[in-house]
Amino acid sequence: MPTVSTYRIEARFRELHERQAKGLIVYLTAGDPTLEATGELLVALERAGVDVIELGVPFSDPLADGPVIQRASERALRAGATLGRILASFPRWRETTRTPIILFSYYNPILQYGLEKFARDAARAGVDGALAVDLSPEEAAPYVSALRALNLDTVFLAAPTSTDARLERVAKLSTGFLYLISRTGVTGEQSEISSSVQPLIERAKRFTSLPLAVGFGISTPAQVREVQALAHAAVVGSAVVHAIEEHYARKGAAGIEQFVRWLKEGTGSKPV
Amino acid sequence: MHPVEELEQAYQAARRDATFQAELDRLLRDFAGRPTPLFHARRLTEHLGGAQIYLKREDLLHTGAHKINNCLGQGLLAQRMGKTRLVAETGAGQHGVATATVAALLDLECVVYMGEEDMARQAPNVFRMRLLGAEVVPVSSGSKTLKDAINEGMRDWVTNVQNTHYLMGSVLGPHPYPMMVRDFQRVTGQESRRQILELVGRLPDYLFACVGGGSNSIGLFYDFIPDSEVKMVGVEAGGRGLNLGEHAARFAGGRPGVLHGTYTYVLQTEDGLIASTHSISAGLDYPAIGPEHAALYRQGRVEYTHVSDEEALEGARVLSQMEGIIPALEPAHALAEVLKRAPKMGREQIIVVNLSGRGDKDLGIFQSVGRL
Repeated sequence: MPTVSTYRIEARFRELHERQAKGLIVYLTAGDPTLEATGELLVALERAGVDVIELGVPFSDPLADGPVIQRASERALRAGATLGRILASFPRWRETTRTPIILFSYYNPILQYGLEKFARDAARAGVDGALAVDLSPEEAAPYVSALRALNLDTVFLAAPTSTDARLERVAKLSTGFLYLISRTGVTGEQSEISSSVQPLIERAKRFTSLPLAVGFGISTPAQVREVQALAHAAVVGSAVVHAIEEHYARKGAAGIEQFVRWLKEGTGSKPV
Repeated sequence: MHPVEELEQAYQAARRDATFQAELDRLLRDFAGRPTPLFHARRLTEHLGGAQIYLKREDLLHTGAHKINNCLGQGLLAQRMGKTRLVAETGAGQHGVATATVAALLDLECVVYMGEEDMARQAPNVFRMRLLGAEVVPVSSGSKTLKDAINEGMRDWVTNVQNTHYLMGSVLGPHPYPMMVRDFQRVTGQESRRQILELVGRLPDYLFACVGGGSNSIGLFYDFIPDSEVKMVGVEAGGRGLNLGEHAARFAGGRPGVLHGTYTYVLQTEDGLIASTHSISAGLDYPAIGPEHAALYRQGRVEYTHVSDEEALEGARVLSQMEGIIPALEPAHALAEVLKRAPKMGREQIIVVNLSGRGDKDLGIFQSVGRL
């Protein structure tokens, strides 16, 4: 029997709830700039107090992503970070990180890896779940059942433009948390959080009791706090990836830890 | 993706609306120049000494290719949906030019994404689009060709969906695009069927068309699918050879996968990354094929083959000198296959080839190859 996931995500949100705290979820691309660096960065994120990590699987055609994550994807692919190599590295990373981690991938690499094989290898490696960003809920049944069979969480996205019917479908398919996109479009830092977030959160609550995470465009401590006031967790992606791009080479994982700590605690000026 | 749901509803309503159809028919006739002739290519037929060859002259349409059929349909739909801005991708530039043309006609803003490599090799079309008032945005990511232009177009669309319609140029992308684009291109097959019956009193034995995304081919094939005596051949770009990255022959080198929201045959690596492709013809240079073609392939209803860059150039040369028609490099692939097969067929047999575009845009390539 393969090892099955232990629902780290659910446990983490329960813990946050008991402490009456809100969560911080951070995205980074696996293999950016190298797979070795990813191991160090995961530890750094844990030390900075990140609650859930979304680990991006680089793809040749990242059409939901803006320029920052596109560039990360290109760096990671040049470093040879395929889904197979990410899963092979994962058990080593798991030894030094207890933070819940979901894989954030485009669907084709998972499909080519094989749905059952992906679920088995991911669960065995200590992955907690996955988000297939370009998989529509209408076509997700085989994927969802393969992952559920091994107790992996399946996270899906909903947007301000999602109809109630779609929100309901997405909520039904999601476990762990529901990921709400704060605006339409692609990933990337924004100067203001869209006003469409709050109505989306209110609508989502009608269809699910899952924790709600809000992302797309969050890049400052003030925005993190603004979103945390409304939802269970804030997701920061491009801002962290941007920091890795600009500062990892010079300041190492410690520099990224400091940056994320600043995002989380919001004290002082931007460290990097 | 909510935008596709909105589009699906709007399209379903439009196709049932007689005024929408009437306006589309008017523009196809008075603006685009339909119906296009079905021309008996007698010299080419004589030269090859086999089957009778008929050319469906989509190259005579306004803007020079079949792309205008779809652009008029989607442009009217966008207007009906209250959108004020069109975004499109383009490979060879034919779809970009057709989109820019329709945007000018219907007073819509227009942004066309085009790979940097394609902009260089199809420079006259870049200028045409700009002259028509469109903004042409160079795409420098990935392989700098059609698939990367689609990535950028989709990013723009999902960001600006409130006022923007994504005018997909082929039978690709998420539902309802493949169905909708096919419906707008069916007119080619409907006319061809009627014309060949008028001209010779029976259906053709073979249809030939090149297949990039697959819109001109599905347009010709679709209304003949129930006619089991009509055989159909789709010709893909064999490029420089069949190693991954050297061609765009999806059925020869690809396997099922997902690209741009479509489950179909895709050229890809072992790890599921999308492969880069090569073809001398920018319009065929794409790693996935329309999903309906994948179904026709699996059913065995359509035969798919491929010809090389060299063979396509030869096809273009032969047609130019035998019939006085300079074809685009895309349909030159279909002609190249006809050059191989027609001589082996009987003189009583009939071939219809979709001459989907004219070769003006490719003069630079013909010149750089330097061979007549």
